Order: sequence, then structure tokens, then C-alpha cells
Amino acid sequence: MDRNNQDYKVAFGDIPGTLVFTAERARKGYWLNQFCMSLMKPENRKRWLANEQDYLRDWKITTEQKAALLARDYNQLLALGGNIYYLAKVFSTDGLSFVQAVSTMTGMTVEDYQAMMAAGGRSPDGVRSIKEGK
Amino acid sequence: MAKITAGVATSHVPLIGVGIDQGKCDEPYFKPIFAGYDWTKEWIAKPENRPDVVILVYNDHASAFGQEIIPTFAIGCAEEFTSADEGWGPRPVPKIKNHPDLAWHIAENLILDEFDMTIINEMDVDHGLTVPLSAIFGQPDAWPALIVPIMINVVTYPIASGDRCFRLGQSIKRAVERFPSDLNVQIWGTGGMSHQLQGPRAGLINQKWDQTFLDDLTADPERLRQIPHIEYLREAGSEGIELVMWLVMLGALTNPKELHRHYHVPASNTALGHIVLENGK
Repeated sequence: MDRNNQDYKVAFGDIPGTLVFTAERARKGYWLNQFCMSLMKPENRKRWLANEQDYLRDWKITTEQKAALLARDYNQLLALGGNIYYLAKVFSTDGLSFVQAVSTMTGMTVEDYQAMMAAGGRSPDGVRSIKEGK
Repeated sequence: MAKITAGVATSHVPLIGVGIDQGKCDEPYFKPIFAGYDWTKEWIAKPENRPDVVILVYNDHASAFGQEIIPTFAIGCAEEFTSADEGWGPRPVPKIKNHPDLAWHIAENLILDEFDMTIINEMDVDHGLTVPLSAIFGQPDAWPALIVPIMINVVTYPIASGDRCFRLGQSIKRAVERFPSDLNVQIWGTGGMSHQLQGPRAGLINQKWDQTFLDDLTADPERLRQIPHIEYLREAGSEGIELVMWLVMLGALTNPKELHRHYHVPASNTALGHIVLENGK
């Protein structure tokens, strides 16, 4: 087992197209993720949808994170410390399903993404390791 | 004495809940998803199989726990729990009634056995807990079993190792067997199988790896215990890590025998896996 926290985390960086929610990301995304949690209340969802910029004024979220939120740029939000289960509150508030929201991170249209899933999903071949290219 | 009679594992994909709540089970997309639960529904309805209590191992998906408190292992000890509003309103399901005497008994024994459980008395439970109940019990007015919720953090790293989860299951088994009333107890492991919900690699599915995992629940539990996190992430996708929760179930069983298996791709972004294991001796 990996007992050393640094070795443990370094290995995660070798997985293509994947950002594991480590302490560093959790710290960076703390208020971004806590903002997402606020959307579990219907009155907050209403207020958020009515005026997103105004709603964000109450939160200690960076300008970069705000821009990514307004643009619903989920890859960028992950890079800025967001976690998908937190961000799910944002796309659920938009009325999007997991498939619709998740497909936006893959560079595929939602139709192509759905077709890929129906055909058995994305193969792990070639996307297991950056270093080993397998 | 209380006894664990069976282990049940199932994915807890939110879409399964959507299918049931919106009456879509007979639509072509959903039909093969739900067909695999028919056997289990029939099996669990038989009086000799019907559990008095289900110990339901799941993870909270940023519903009861935000970033302010992140328990590695937690146990729900309150009388009852309500379905969480995850951003689209709470799922219309019955209240989840606990067996608080058993829950506290398990909590006490686990802590004395050096598993430092967080005890939760107030929380809403999300799709991780309610979707398995709906998939297996359908839409009753009240759930036919009491539910002891056990929560495992699989969101913020590091999370507990697979082996630690397995040993938690072993400790749960010892605790249940010490409970001084006759109860038919099942342990359910939920989440998985292969799926990735984030980044350009989203949509990853690894059927071969999943099927070997299902095989080894009975053929080679020792191998499953030793799978490191990095292998789950590489082979089964970033959210495939949820499978460590199946190991809590597995640890609570002795020489399990496979009774039923269901595997279907896709359910939303996910490879759906479901297995019923009879506890051996």
C-alpha cells in the first residue's frame, strides 16, 4: 500500500484527463464547493438563477472561479478546485442530467457522448497512464 | 442473536432513481437496467430472506457533508433520516427508519475495536442510500426493513484503503453477532462499478475489470482487499473508487456464495453492477 502521502498523490498525476480531489484541490476550491452546497436550498436556487453575478458577491470565490462558474466551464472548475459532486448542484439547478453535464468536459457533443456510452463507454486502453502511454 | 445472512451490492446511479420516480422503468433504455433486479425483488420478498435490518454502506455525495466536516467512516444513529435535496428536490421516497439500538451497538463495538467512527444524529441521505432501496424494494409506502446507514468518504482524498474497508466489514460482522436479539441482518455495499464523471476521460468503462471484480468477490477476496486506489482510478475511472464500499460488505461475509449477478452498460455514465451473495459458514 502507498503509505507516503506524497508518493500517493504523485501517482494520481499520471492519469490522463483526470483530476483527483486531493487536499490541494480541496483547499483551493473550498468556497467554490461550499457555494455549490448552498444550491441545495430551493430559495437559493431561485436567487442564483435570477441573478448569478449578484449571488456570487456573497462568496469568497476568486475572479477566475466566478468566470468559470458563469461560463459553466466544468473542466476549468475542476482545475480550480471544484469537485464534481459539488458542481452537480450547479448543473442540476440548470436542469441538466449527469450525462448532459459530464459530456461537456469531453469535447464531444452530448449525442456523440451518449452514443459512446451506449456502445460500451470509453475504453481504458491508452488512457491509463501518461508515462507509460497505455 | 443477530446474524448477517446475505450481502447485496449494487450501483447507486442517480438515473435509476429518476427512472423509478418518473415511472420510466418500461422504456427501452431502462428496461434492461431494471430487469436485473427482478430476481432480487422476488428473492428478498420470501419470508426466509426478508431482512429485519439492512446495514447500508454508501457514500455521501456532498449532501449531508460539505467541505466543513469530512468523516472517513461514519454511522447514522438517529431514529430516522429524510431524503436529501441534491439540487433537483428530494426524491419522493419513504422516511428511512433506523434500528438505533443496533446502530449504537455497532458504533460502540467498532470504536472499541479501534475503528474511530463519527456518529451522525442529524443528516439527510442522498441517492447513494435511497437508490439501492428503490432498485430492490421498489416503491412501497414504507421501507420493509430498518436501515443502519454507514458512510464512507470516497470524495476527498485520501480515502480509506480497500483493506481497511474490508476490515471495517469484519468488525461490523463481529458487532452484529454480539447483538442480543434475533435479527435477520443484510449488509449492502453500494456504488461503482467502473465510471468517470469528470474531465476529458469521462465516460470510461472497463467491463473486463468489473467482471473480474465480480468474480473475485467469491473467487479471490484476498486479491480485492489488496487493490490500491491508483488501480481503481486507472482501471475503473475516478468514480470507480466507490467499489471500496463493496469491500465493507465483503468483509462482513464468510465464504459467500453468489446467488445472482446483473451487469449492464450503460446506466447514465456508469457500468451498473449488482450481485447477491449468500453468507456461508
